[in-house]
Order: sequence, then C-alpha cells, then structure tokens
Amino acid sequence: MSVLDSKVPKGPLKDKWTTYKDKINLVNPANKRNIDVIVVGTGLAGGSAAATLAELGYRVKAFCYQDSPRRAHSIAAQGGINAAKNYQGDGDSTYRLFYDTIKGGDYRSREANVYRLAEVSTNIIDQCVAQGVPFARDYGGLLDNRSFGGVLVSRTFYAKGQTGQQLLLGAYSAMNRQIARGKIEMFNRHEMLDVVKVNGKARGIIARNLVTGEIERHSAHAVVIASGGYGNVYFLSTNAMGSNATAAWKIHKKGAFFANPCYTQIHPTCIPRSGDYQSKLTLMSESLRNDGRIWVPKRMEDVLAIREGKLKPTQLSEDQRDYYLERRYPAFGNLVPRDVASRAAKERCDAGFGVNATGEAVYLDFKSAIERYGLEQAKIQGIQDASKEKITELGEAVVEAKYGNLFQMYEKIVDENPYKTPMMIYPATHYTMGGVWVDYNLMTTVEGLYCIGEANFSDHGANRLGASALMQGLADGYFVLPYTIGDYLSHEIRTGKIPTDTPEFDEAEKEVTERINFFVNNKGSHSVDYFHKRLGKVMWDKCGMSRNTKGLKEAMAEIKEIREEFYKEVNVPGSANEMNPELEKAGRVADFLELGELFAKDALMREESCGGHFREESVEIDGEQKGEAKRNDKDYAFVAAWEYKGEPADAVLHKEQLEFKDIELKQRSYK
Amino acid sequence: MNLTLKIWRQKGPQDKGKMVDYKVTDISEHMSFLEMMDVLNEQLTNKGEEPVAFDHDCREGICGMCSMYINGEAHGPDRGVTTCQLHMRMFKDGDTITIEPFRAKAFPVIKDLVVDRSSFDRIQQAGGFISVNTSGNTQDANAIPIDKHAADEAMDAATCIGCGACVASCKNSSAMLFVGAKVSQYALLPQGRVEATDRVKNMVAQMDLEGFGNCTNTGACEVECPKGISLENIARMNREFFAASIKG
Repeated sequence: MSVLDSKVPKGPLKDKWTTYKDKINLVNPANKRNIDVIVVGTGLAGGSAAATLAELGYRVKAFCYQDSPRRAHSIAAQGGINAAKNYQGDGDSTYRLFYDTIKGGDYRSREANVYRLAEVSTNIIDQCVAQGVPFARDYGGLLDNRSFGGVLVSRTFYAKGQTGQQLLLGAYSAMNRQIARGKIEMFNRHEMLDVVKVNGKARGIIARNLVTGEIERHSAHAVVIASGGYGNVYFLSTNAMGSNATAAWKIHKKGAFFANPCYTQIHPTCIPRSGDYQSKLTLMSESLRNDGRIWVPKRMEDVLAIREGKLKPTQLSEDQRDYYLERRYPAFGNLVPRDVASRAAKERCDAGFGVNATGEAVYLDFKSAIERYGLEQAKIQGIQDASKEKITELGEAVVEAKYGNLFQMYEKIVDENPYKTPMMIYPATHYTMGGVWVDYNLMTTVEGLYCIGEANFSDHGANRLGASALMQGLADGYFVLPYTIGDYLSHEIRTGKIPTDTPEFDEAEKEVTERINFFVNNKGSHSVDYFHKRLGKVMWDKCGMSRNTKGLKEAMAEIKEIREEFYKEVNVPGSANEMNPELEKAGRVADFLELGELFAKDALMREESCGGHFREESVEIDGEQKGEAKRNDKDYAFVAAWEYKGEPADAVLHKEQLEFKDIELKQRSYK
Repeated sequence: MNLTLKIWRQKGPQDKGKMVDYKVTDISEHMSFLEMMDVLNEQLTNKGEEPVAFDHDCREGICGMCSMYINGEAHGPDRGVTTCQLHMRMFKDGDTITIEPFRAKAFPVIKDLVVDRSSFDRIQQAGGFISVNTSGNTQDANAIPIDKHAADEAMDAATCIGCGACVASCKNSSAMLFVGAKVSQYALLPQGRVEATDRVKNMVAQMDLEGFGNCTNTGACEVECPKGISLENIARMNREFFAASIKG
C-alpha cells in the first residue's frame, strides 16, 4: 500500500462529486469569520479562490509578487476556455470533455478529478458572464465558440485573443469587491519564501516585502499555493519573467510530494528565437491553427534559397510545399494536440527543413483561409466577379477581426506582415502539467496545505489540451477548493488564532534570512542570469521535446555542477533591505537549479513516451503508427510523486497507480 | 548600434533622484527595449554596480507591469505597444535615449524607474466589479442575449491593461481614460447596468481622492495608450456620471 491516498470518493464516476459535496462537513458563518486562509498567487486559480473564500466568510490574506493581482501571468492566455455547454449542438457533453481531456493527457491523469473538472466547466462560463466578462458573441447576441487542438467539437469560449486577460480581470474584480469589504487583505509586491508547519500542519508562511526587504510572518489555519508552473526552468519560455517555482519548491522541501515534473508542454506555435540576448519567447495562440496551415518546403534547395533570402515562401507553389501535419495526420490535420504538433515541427527542422537562419522555424500560413473567407464575404455582400485583390481584402478583414491583436503582436516583434507572408513559428516551453501532488481535495501531502491551478499536477496528465488551463484554474478556485477546504476547516473552529511568536516561525524566518544574507554577501563573479541561461540550455537540449537515457543522465550531473558553481560564484548586487530584483531572481534560480535535477531524474525513470514526455527509446517500430510515441501502460500507468530527501538526486519515488474504470486505455491516434 | 542612455536613478521613495548617463554597445535592432535594459544591467552587475530597477513581467504587452517614459513619451516612440514590445529598430546608432519613470502625484516613485500604481487598484476596489457571488447557481450564460456591437464595445474598453500610460502622458495627470474604460465596460453590459449609478459615483470619488487631475480633452492619453482605448470612454463616463448625479 502506497503512502499516497488520493481520497477519491466511492461510487459511480458521474455521482462522485455530487455525493461528496452532500456529505462534507460545513463551517457555520459565525465560525468562518474566525478562520484565516492564506492564498499565495493571484492568477486565475489563486484570484478566484481568494475571492470565493472571502465571499464565504473566511478571512483571506492574498499574496502576489507583482504590483497588482491583476498582473498574474494568467493574463497572457490568449485563445480561450473550454466548457461542455454544447451551445453549438455538435455533440458535446460532460462525458466527451472528460474523455477528450483524459485522452489528450495520454491517460496519465486521475479520472475522478478530470470528470469533476468537466462537470463544473459549465458553471465557470455562467459565473464569468455574470461578472461582466465580455466573451465573443454572434449577431443573435449569444455566445460564440471556436475549436481547439485535439478535439472534434467547438467548445472554446473566447474574448478575442485576450481570453486570459478578461477572465483574470473578472477574478480580480471579484477580489476587489472583497478587498473593499475588508474580507481579503491583499499583499502586493510580496514573495512567499517558506511555509511554516506546526505539529505537521501548515500554519503560515514567511514572506518578503519586495519594496522594503522586510521579512514578515503570516499565520493561518490553512495555506493555499496557487503560484503557477515552473516553465522558466528552461530560462526561455512563454512564462512571465517573474514566474517561478519557489513557493511550490519550498513546500516540496517541507514535505509536499512533487509529481511528474517531466511532464512539460512545449507549445507548437511560438515566435522563433532570434538571438542570444533573447529574454523570453512569445506565444501565438493555438487558435491560429483553426485557420493557419503549417508547412515547410518539400525540397532542400528551396529551404536553402529561403534562408539566403533568394526565395520568398509565397513564391512556392502548392505542390512544392509539405503540409506535414495534414500529410501525417489526415483526421486532425493542423489541429492535432500540442505535443504531436511540436514534435512534428522538430522532426522537420532536425531533418534540415527549418526556414529561418537558426534552422528552427516552420511556416504558419493564412493564405487559404484568407481566400476562403474572402469568397464567403463576397457572396454575403453580393459582390459579383470579385477580383483577386478584392477577395484578399475581404478575407484579410475577417482574419483581422478574429486574430488582429496576434497579427499585430507578430508584426511588432518580427517586423514582417503576416497577412502577406506566412508567419514563422517554432515550439517553446509553455506550460507544466507536473507539479505538487494533491489528493481529490486538492490537499498536498502536508495537512492543511493546498495546491491549485498550474502549480498542482492533477488534471492534465502528460499533456494539456488547449483552452483547458483557464478551465482548470477557475474550476479549482471558484468551484472545487471552496468546498474541499471547508471540510478541513470544519475541524479548526476551536483552534483559535495561530500565534506567530513560536519556535516554528522563528526557525523558518531564520532559514529565510540566512539564505538572503548568503546571497547578498557572496560577491561572486557571475550574475544570476548567467547561471539561469546555462541551466536553461541543459534543460532544452537534454530534457526538451525528445529525451534519452544518456542525455538525461548527463543533465542530472550537469545541473548539479551548475548548482554547486552557482553557490560559489553568484553575484547579487545591492542589499537585503531594499527593493532588489537581482536578489529575487537569485532565490528563484536557486530553486530551479534543484527542480531541474529532479525533472531529469523523473524523465529518466519514466521509460515510456507519453504526452509531452517523449523518450527516444520508446517509439512504435512499425505499422501505421511507425515513429509515433509508444506508451507503456503495463509498467507506467502511475503518477510519480517524489519525496524530498535532501539532494534532488536522493528524492524517493512514491507511485499512485492510475485506474481507469470509465474509459478504455488506447494508444492515441490522430491519423 | 551604440547608444547613450540617460536614466533616472533614485535609491528609494524618500531619496532625491538624478539623471545618470550610461553607454551600451552592440545593441541588435531586433532586441526589445527591455532586453537592451537587460544588457545594461548585466554590464552594471558585472562591474559591481547596482542595476537599474524597472517593472516588467510578461514581456508580451498584456500584464501592464512595464512602464518607463522614454524620450518624453510613455512606452516610447512606437504606437500601440508597451515598453516591453518596443523594439530597438525604432532607434538609430548613436542615439541618446532619455528614460524616466511615469510621473504623477498619484504614482510615487519607489526606486529608479519603478512607481507605485496601487491608486489604480483602489479605484477598482471602489466599484470596478459586479456584485455577484460564486455559487454555481447563476443563470445560464446565454439567458440574456447581448447585442454583438455592445459586447464588442465592452470588450474594447475591457482591454485596458492598467499600465498608467494615460496618466503619465496627461499634463493634468488625469486617470479619466483608465476609469472611463472600466465604467464603460460595465455600463455597456446588462449585467453591469444594475449597479451603474453607484459604480460611477464611487469610482470617480476615489479617483479624485487619489490626487489624479481632471480631463481637459487634449487626447494625449488616447495617442499613448498601448491598447488603443478610445476617448469615447471618457465621454461615456461623463454621461454616466451626469446621469448618476441627477438620480442623486
């Protein structure tokens, strides 16, 4: 028997959540007023949780490192949010959303959690509309949908290319209402640097005021971590510059198991890297794959001519182009899931067909869509014998209405007009499916310590489908955690206020202060970024889109080496008692340098290919699926939850066996 | 390209600041403005000097965290972008670039180019929301059809990223474009109409309390807004405010 208990309720899948809600303990409103909850992070998960817990009557303290909760990186999500509303009448249902998510995640997620997610998805849309989120609508005034990769229905709700922004501003507005009422105490520009445990339970945090440098103690009856993913372990990713794993990693070191760190999503449609100075990568929404066709030239001489600037992509005829996704996956075409699309781009570029100077770019072309929409508009507007130019003009207007902000963003960064010449794209790290292990209640292996949103591991298995991150963040925060945490807090009504002048808080604060003093006094010879970039290169080269035993073993050794050098040679200017961005970075990179090694260890252990984790040793040898990823359900249908034991390499593996009772395990096929 | 930077350095909120000159070399035209600042900071760190503090996060023009007043313009010379999306191809070899924080009474400087914009949060807390609890029992999202044009207009107003460029660009340090955008988003939607009267009054009162100036229709805010928020939003807020005042 494993030490892990997922606490999934008994009974049929469809009834689990309802029955669970009917049976949990509740806290009466008078007692809620005396119970404190800390929420770390104010993105979709943390923001919605903080607001909802405050509405229920708990006293909430919320923390974010940005200058306002509205700036959390959920804001950058572009494409949309899934919900099984079936407004399009195209056969969608709770079960189908559940099925698509499990299948998309390559059968590595927990069935009961995913079903619950699909179940509450429809409530999210209702809630957001009630809050004034301006989703896209059709001329009849009803909500519009688009479709996303890996599914055959249109269930994605969107607000232009800024869906994450609008949903986050919705959660932020709900928070503001509670801040005004005094139910949420908001701590902007604060960073959690450790969790405090008293008698095995999470009872507070140590935070640093990023403006004054002051170290603060905050106590609570429960602590919720909603600090997002660890994509910045790669240095270059689509995450925000400040996105970090520190809160998640600190709780891991204090007893929370860390699950499936090797499950990382490399998103297929990002703007390619242009030089070594690059600080981050920019995503181009997956929704573009609805209308864009992905290709590289068929002939090597054309590739070389394009790279030398002698040939333009628009000069190549249809039969000179290799629409490789349509060729390899006729059923899903350009809308295959992200991991499949990314690997296919890598395969072509590794074969030498990359179309820019770095050899790491493929085309995303809107020519056919512009023509198609142009013809459609000409018909609608009753224009007879429209000229080619007129059709292009009409078509471009439609494309602009759908993706205008994305096209503008591309043009500003790359300095090319994507209406006239195909976009160049290449995969980049975008999302991390792995994260802190949680049970059905979203509680970690530490009592009273919860983890929600991207920071936990729970719903996306080995690969996340498009438009499901926003769904999970808001599901956790609005509709799941507020119930599950109540069950725990019902036992806390007699506890009383948690004091902060105790040995546990003393000890935690001392550790934090010592570490900060170490950094500012180290006076080494290299900046934090120097080490972060080196770590990123190891991660990308050896733990990226394709992994093998040799590379992963090397990665573990190299990351350890970089870490040791970091502690000897890192240079952090300035002092501890002031705003000091370099000091903030140093702490975050120190944690990435440990997480990276565990990541490689996890990837090495998992000798199968599943979702975003592709092991070169595990591919189909022949048949229709030749060359595709090969999963191994017999040996690896489990969640790998790692227990901290000092060095990352010493982490101990605990397995949560995954059981699929309502779904048949199949090799994914998008052919 | 090689550049001279004149940057506002200020140790802390109570300290006196000054402009300091720096040189950067070998800047690629494809770099973003903040990547150029990274180069400078790496240079300073390696020399043992303190790097320039500036706010930034998503670096894709949506979080609204980056600010900077560059050569006399909020977010610099390009249109429709934030500083993080401003690229060095907008500048020439040998240029001198002046970089200051956003300046307004309601945005006090914290350090170097970092300012405190929490006044924006407090305006939102005064009424920038719809009073609806999370219950799972709200009515179906399609229960109230909304005119597409109204929904699109609400969306245009809602794209405000709260960066404060409007305030920094205004000779009166007015926040009317920012507040107007939020008031408009809700005023245009049936869900937001219910509380429209109180909302506009409370938000305007908080805006005045924070020390923002009045609007004198110069339109600089609209020009400098990285998200193209239209002046119509100010007009709409004024109408809403007038109507609310009559209601009492």
